[in-house]
Formats: sequence, structure tokens, C-alpha cells
Amino acid sequence: MSAAPITPVGPATTRVDVSGALRGVRPGLALAFAIVGFFVVSALLPALLAPYDPFDVNLRDALQAPTLAHPLGTDQSGRDVLSRVIYGARESLYIGLAATALSLTIALVLGVAAGLSGKFTDGVINRFIEVLFAFPVLLLALLFVTVFGAGTTTLIVAVGVGTAPGYARMIRGQVLAVKNSGYVEAAGALGHSYPRIVRRHILPNAMRPLVVLLTLGVGQAIVWASGLAFLGLGVAPPSPEWGAQLDAGRTYITQAWWLEVMPGLAIVWFALALTAIGRWIQQRLEGGQR
Amino acid sequence: MKSVALKILGALVVLWAAATFTFFVQAALPGDRATLLLNQDSGQIKKRTAAELAPINEEFGFDKPLVQQYADYLGGLATGDLGISYQKKAPVTEIIGEQILPTVWLTLAALVAAWVIALLLTLFTTRRSRVVKTLGSGFETLSAALPHYWLGVILLVVFAIQLSIFPVEGGTSLYGLILPALTLAIPLAGFLGQVTRDEFENVLDEPFITSARARGMGDFEVRWRHALRHAVLPAITLSGWALGALFSGAVIAEIVFARQGIGQILVTAANARDVPVVAGIVMVVAFVYVIANLLVDLAYRIVDPRIQT
Repeated sequence: MSAAPITPVGPATTRVDVSGALRGVRPGLALAFAIVGFFVVSALLPALLAPYDPFDVNLRDALQAPTLAHPLGTDQSGRDVLSRVIYGARESLYIGLAATALSLTIALVLGVAAGLSGKFTDGVINRFIEVLFAFPVLLLALLFVTVFGAGTTTLIVAVGVGTAPGYARMIRGQVLAVKNSGYVEAAGALGHSYPRIVRRHILPNAMRPLVVLLTLGVGQAIVWASGLAFLGLGVAPPSPEWGAQLDAGRTYITQAWWLEVMPGLAIVWFALALTAIGRWIQQRLEGGQR
Repeated sequence: MKSVALKILGALVVLWAAATFTFFVQAALPGDRATLLLNQDSGQIKKRTAAELAPINEEFGFDKPLVQQYADYLGGLATGDLGISYQKKAPVTEIIGEQILPTVWLTLAALVAAWVIALLLTLFTTRRSRVVKTLGSGFETLSAALPHYWLGVILLVVFAIQLSIFPVEGGTSLYGLILPALTLAIPLAGFLGQVTRDEFENVLDEPFITSARARGMGDFEVRWRHALRHAVLPAITLSGWALGALFSGAVIAEIVFARQGIGQILVTAANARDVPVVAGIVMVVAFVYVIANLLVDLAYRIVDPRIQT
């Protein structure tokens, strides 16, 4: 497994090694980047991609199955589903990013504090993380919605708090691993002060998995947020947010399968693509070892 | 033995903290609760007179000091009292008790199905030909990423509406349990499968596997009798952890398939802002989660006696 590959020794080239930067970019990964790219453009400039106005009601065209004119079909008001999926990207992506940012902030504070402090404080924070774990994300979100009312902000807070303990535990582990590593010991032996070691060595290294967590987290957060909207407790239906579309389409499920399948596909593809990219970044960060 | 006592104490602390958290989230309810309650009942939004509010405040204890309410809440929990529903005016424990069985069956059926699928995948696709291996792990990655609500809808559209193999509305029949259970089981199977696969691959490199093979044991037997036992350990721990996700999924599956159960109550209560019901269910789930993980933890010590910290 660890046997070094035999590399043919050739003349040294001065060419810039482009293939090196792209190594590991498999076709699946290229597809993942394409999907994420598509949805990011959709979120920023939906008018560029959408063939129709997402709110344009046209009752004569209601509930049409996918055709060339409407590749993803039309909904009960004759609105183009493709255009609605494209316009929905902004809301979904915004919720996903905001919830993940909140979640990672909570996780960083808890994880770093636990990792750096002594046994007692670590124990207390660890218990706290465990308490958060006892609340499944969906239930916590439902509790928040019940108390504070449905809405984008409630959704972001609920998903952010609900997904925080998992990340907190990971970051704590990372901080502990770095704290006990050889180079931190070496820095200590060199007489560097503790705050300096924390600032220069422990924090930067403990932050490394953050990019990965962010990528994976956004996909997860979008899935949760859409789930709540699907239950009718998130973003409300006239909005083209993906989960809200699923909620609105549920009534027509026996006649118009595309109303459920298509926005759902957007969620699944987006989440899968983000996961693939996150895993790829993780592999690269771990430094070439498979 | 001392460590077992500590574990139990730890679980109690977690439960107390969870109850405290739930209480304060409830206490943060904006506006006057008695007004909200009356307005929800009548479907109006207006200011209520003190005479209207007084009996409600009296009944639910809203006018007591917060510390007193907190003590009452904790005391209630300790004796199995989860409060009174704002909407139905019935004890929350009663409401939950009436509907919990279908949800428990669904969750258990899903857990069993997930394990069966995950084990079959691990046993038959790990370390096989490239194609089989890719198919196996590809299925795991894909299914682990499927949101319950979407998978449920797809299963419903394909098997109930298009093919008419299953009823569209499940009811409580055993037959109607299959699609909802699969909705929960498939993503969980993908998740468990990924974990057992990793572990299984590591175990297959162990010397005792080589020695079993050297003794002439067949490939399937080696996998079944030796490797699997080691590979399932981490997934057992994760099953305790997965209960939460499973319950969340159950809520969604019940809505998708219009099944009776906690999910229906929960969503109705959340829409009606019936805080005690939602908080009560949250506490029950947290309780089950803590107990399940405590049991997994203790079971682990029995399965693997090396852990004695």
C-alpha cells in the first residue's frame, strides 16, 4: 500500500506542470464542479439562465409534463419549473451558507475552547456538546419554529445550532491532535510563549479542516432547510425555494410527479456535488496520501 | 463498576441540561402566552382583557415567577408529566402515548432493514472485482446523501402511484409499512455501509484472517464468521447516534405517506404553535437518545472487554 511508485527518471523539464494541479480531478469531480458552478451562477444571476419568469402565472399551461418548451414541466399555475428551480437557488444557497457559517462559528468557539483548556473545562464543554447531540436537527428546528414562528431567520438559527455539535467535536479533536503533535512540542522547547504557539501553530492547523466542513456543511444545511420547508414550516410556498416547491407540489403528486422529482433532484445533485468536492479537498489537504 | 455509575450520572446530567435548554427555549416565546393561546383557539388576533387571561394564566401557571415554573417543569419531567397541550387541552404524555407505537414500529423496522442492507453490501461487495466494488460503494455514497423527504416521494411516485404495488396512503397495516421503512432505511444503510466497509477492509488485512484462510476456510465463511464481527463494532456505536436521524426521518416519512404517528402530531403542533407538545416530544426523543447511547456504551464493554477506562 505504501510502496513508492517507480517513477521513470527522465530529463528534468522546466515546463509548468499543469497536470499536477489537476491531478485527482476525475470526470465525476468535474461534473461536481459544473453542478455547483451552475447553481452558484443561478443564485447570483438567475435571469441569465432562466428561460421564463418564475412567477409568471399562465393557467392555460398548468401541470404540463416535461417538454422541450418546459424541460422540467410546469406547476399548477403554469409556471416553468426549471425557471423556478434556478430562481430558488439563491434562497437555498443563502440559507445553506448562513446556517453553516453560524454552525461553524459555534463549533469553533466550543471546539477550540475545549481543546485548549484544562481537563475540567474540557469536560464541561464536552458535556454541553453531548447535550446538543441529544436534539436531532429536525426536532430542534421544529421547536424553534414553534416558539419563534416560521421564517428564514428561524430556519438559519435552528439548522445552525442543530448541526453545530458534530463540527464542534471534530474541531476539538483536531485541536487536541495538533496540541499534542511533535512540532508544537518543538516550538515549546524552543522557548516560544504559549499564546504564540496557539496563534502560530495550533489555530492555523486546527482550521485546516474548516474548508472541508464548510463545503460538506452547506449541502447538509440545504437539505435540512428544504426538509423544513417541505413540512410547511420553513420558507412559504410562493417562494421558489426548493423545499417550498416540494411542499407546494405535494398536493398534485398523483398527477404531476415532476413537481416533486425535479426540485428534489436539484437538492440531491447540489448536495452530492458539494460532498464530492469536500471529499476531494480533504484528500488534497491530507497531503497526497489516499 | 465505578465507571458505569459515572456513565449513568453523566447521562442524568445530560438529561437535566436538555430539559433546562428546552425550558428556556419555551420561555423565550415572544409575547404573552395566554394571549397567544386564546388567539390560536379562536383564530383571531386581538388584545385580550385581563379577565379573559386570568383563568388561562391560572390553569397553565404562566403568572408564576420563572424560577417556580422551571422547578415545576423539572419536577413534572421527573414524574413523567410533560405539561398540557395548549391546543387539545389534554396532557402531552397522553397525546404522545396514543401515537407513539406506529412511530416506534416504523423506526425499528427501518433500523433492522438498514442493518440488513448494509451487511449484505459489506459482505458481498467489499474487496470484489472493481465493478462490484464501485457499484457497492457508489450505492452507499448516493443513498447516504438522499434526503428522506425526497426518497419517500420517489418511492411513493414509483411504487404506489405509477406501479400501484403499494397503497398510496399507508394507514397502519404491515404492508403499508414497507415503503416508509425503506425511506428511512436506505440512507441509513448507505451511512452504516460506508463505515462497516472501511472497517471490513482493514480487518481483511489482519493476520487472523490470513491464518483462517490458511486453515482452509472458505471465503464466505471467513467474511461471515471472522471479519464481520470486527467490522460491525463502529457501526453499532453509530446506530445509537443514528436514532436521532432515524426519528427525524420518521417524522418526514409519516407526513409523506400520511401515516399515523408522532410525526403528524409534531407537525400539527408546530403549525398551531402548541409549544408543550413539541417540547414534550423533543424531551422524549432526547431521553430515548441518551438511554440508547448509554446502553450502547455499556454493551460495548461487554462485546469488547479491552475498554475498561
